[in-house]
Amino acid sequence: MTTTTVPAPPMTNTLTAGKLPKATPWLLLVGSWIVMGVIFGLLMMAGVTADFNIVGTIFFGTVLFVIVLTVVSRLYEGVRRSKDRMVTSLVSLAFIIALLPLISLLFTTIVNGAHRFDLTFFTYTMRNIVGEGGGGLHAIMGTLQITGWATLISVPIGLLTAIYLVEYGRGTFARAITFLVDVMTGIPSIVAGLFAFAFFALLTGVAGIRFGFGGAVALSILMIPVVVRSTEEMLKLVPNELREASFALGVPKWLTIVKVVLPTSIAGITTGVMLAIARVIGETAPLLIIAGFTQSMNYNMFNERVMTLPVFVYTQYANPGSDAQAYLDRAWTGALTLILIVMLLNLAARVIARIFSPKLGR
Amino acid sequence: MTTAPPKPVDAKPPVPAAAPERIKAKQRPGDVIFSTSTIVAGGLILAILALVALFLIVQSIPAFVADPAEIKGSPSSFWAYVAPLVGGTIWAAFLALLMAVPVAIGIALFISHYAPRRLAAGLGYVVDLLAAVPSVVFGLWGITVLAPFVQPFYSTVVDIFGWIPILAGPVSGTGRTILTVAIVLAVMILPIITALSREVFLQTPRLHEEAALALGATRWEMIQMAVLPFGRPGIISASMLGLGRALGETMAVAMVLSVSGGFSFDLLKSTNPSTIAANIALNFPEAHGVGVNVLIASGLILFVITLIVNSIARYIINRRKAFSGAN
Repeated sequence: MTTTTVPAPPMTNTLTAGKLPKATPWLLLVGSWIVMGVIFGLLMMAGVTADFNIVGTIFFGTVLFVIVLTVVSRLYEGVRRSKDRMVTSLVSLAFIIALLPLISLLFTTIVNGAHRFDLTFFTYTMRNIVGEGGGGLHAIMGTLQITGWATLISVPIGLLTAIYLVEYGRGTFARAITFLVDVMTGIPSIVAGLFAFAFFALLTGVAGIRFGFGGAVALSILMIPVVVRSTEEMLKLVPNELREASFALGVPKWLTIVKVVLPTSIAGITTGVMLAIARVIGETAPLLIIAGFTQSMNYNMFNERVMTLPVFVYTQYANPGSDAQAYLDRAWTGALTLILIVMLLNLAARVIARIFSPKLGR
Repeated sequence: MTTAPPKPVDAKPPVPAAAPERIKAKQRPGDVIFSTSTIVAGGLILAILALVALFLIVQSIPAFVADPAEIKGSPSSFWAYVAPLVGGTIWAAFLALLMAVPVAIGIALFISHYAPRRLAAGLGYVVDLLAAVPSVVFGLWGITVLAPFVQPFYSTVVDIFGWIPILAGPVSGTGRTILTVAIVLAVMILPIITALSREVFLQTPRLHEEAALALGATRWEMIQMAVLPFGRPGIISASMLGLGRALGETMAVAMVLSVSGGFSFDLLKSTNPSTIAANIALNFPEAHGVGVNVLIASGLILFVITLIVNSIARYIINRRKAFSGAN
């Protein structure tokens, strides 16, 4: 390694010799930002740009930092170390890049959604509303009902399939199901909606059929594989000793599963189900197709169109009336409500997993 | 996270070796009912997938034999109607993948090998938060925040690099181009690629990493020598799953993209090809007659494309599972 240009103090620590001091990258980063800030400041004063370009400063400053750090490290520490430093900064940068859209998205949704995040929004529907006022109660109710039905359909199927795969399944049939569950995970949501439409249109003979239960069927196609996957993982975590102890006491297999295996893994299964709900509750495309959209409340899942929250957001944005801003505000509030529901579900799922998971490892 | 799962037990009680005749487990009604119902549930999944394929095909047949004049925009044939959509779908998903994969690998490496241990789990959760955001919110964000934000950059790029064919002008005035859509899609598929790659990177045999470090490798060299070769199949299959997600993504594309007919590779113009999914979402509410069948047929094509992509991904994952010594 080329360690020639170390300004050596009388006593060198051989472990750190030939290395840049720890603070160097941070100093270089701040330095590059300042340099770029000065450049952009000069540009502003020269009148090239109207105001101070802070995005450009940070962006080009960071690019400059990566280049300078690599060059400095190359001079003092050699090629290999400099490459290492470059990759470290790039990898950290990748993480920050991913955070930017998340922060921006949450920020805009909260700021724009707060305008109409009031009592009216949660107590009124859009029936006979033009322009301001009105709310998304019908959409919230529709979302809760359709998701509830979807959960009712998918949880038994998903749970039993997972039990089959873990406790009973052997051979080709089990492998085929495993593969198909994987395939099902990849079905585009809009295709699920089209299937529900094609299925019920042929079944009932109504050409342009729209009703809530169809939406629940479409959602459960998306939800079943998620439930199967997570439940399977959880059942596999149940220690075999528990099953064997139960068998040794003469308990039949089905009772072993119902009384020993499921209670042990119930926390994990609940978490998986809640995450699955969180995944499908934000689906727009299938509901747009089979549940349709309406301005009124509809509690009947088997007749007529049902509004849902994601579709509400989309239609408020896509078909604004005379006062476009009112519609946009409602769309953002709908989006905020949706995000809040999803986040709450996620949070609850994690809390349940943490509190109720069986204490193994004794 | 996913360590070796314990093998499920066999139900039969142990039989003494000397026993002259095997004692058969008693078949209780409860057992029969329970095991049958689990098999039925498993069979239902087979049936559902078969039904999905069947009903999509049945409802698509009228579109294949229909008079092209009845199709929206009256193209020369059904295939002439679908081809630009297929092109747009693949082009947008490809661009998204091109942007998402390097960043996702970077994030996965950051979480698995660079971030302090204590922070790693929390950081992983933050990235997973992105996956929790509904696609319609991404669409709203893309059109109100991202598109106006990137439009000035597009103008600059067209001014400087306009001579490169795919960056040619005139630049879109709204920023609602296929490149913007690809950025939104890339953000949306980041979590899935990151999560899978992270899992694979964490499974790298500890001894390989330590051996590399003990031989004097820097952290990057260790990653190059031990982690990346080990994780390559995982990265590939994660990317394929991300591609499948991007191909089928509907609302973000439908809301952000400003669409015109035909297909082109231009990134920054206001004339963009639509995608299959977005086209269905935009036209389905008003479609009637054979138009519905045409849209369902295009959905069938999307289904087949994603099925192929996902199957390849799963094949790679499963093959690796069987042969790697990690689990």
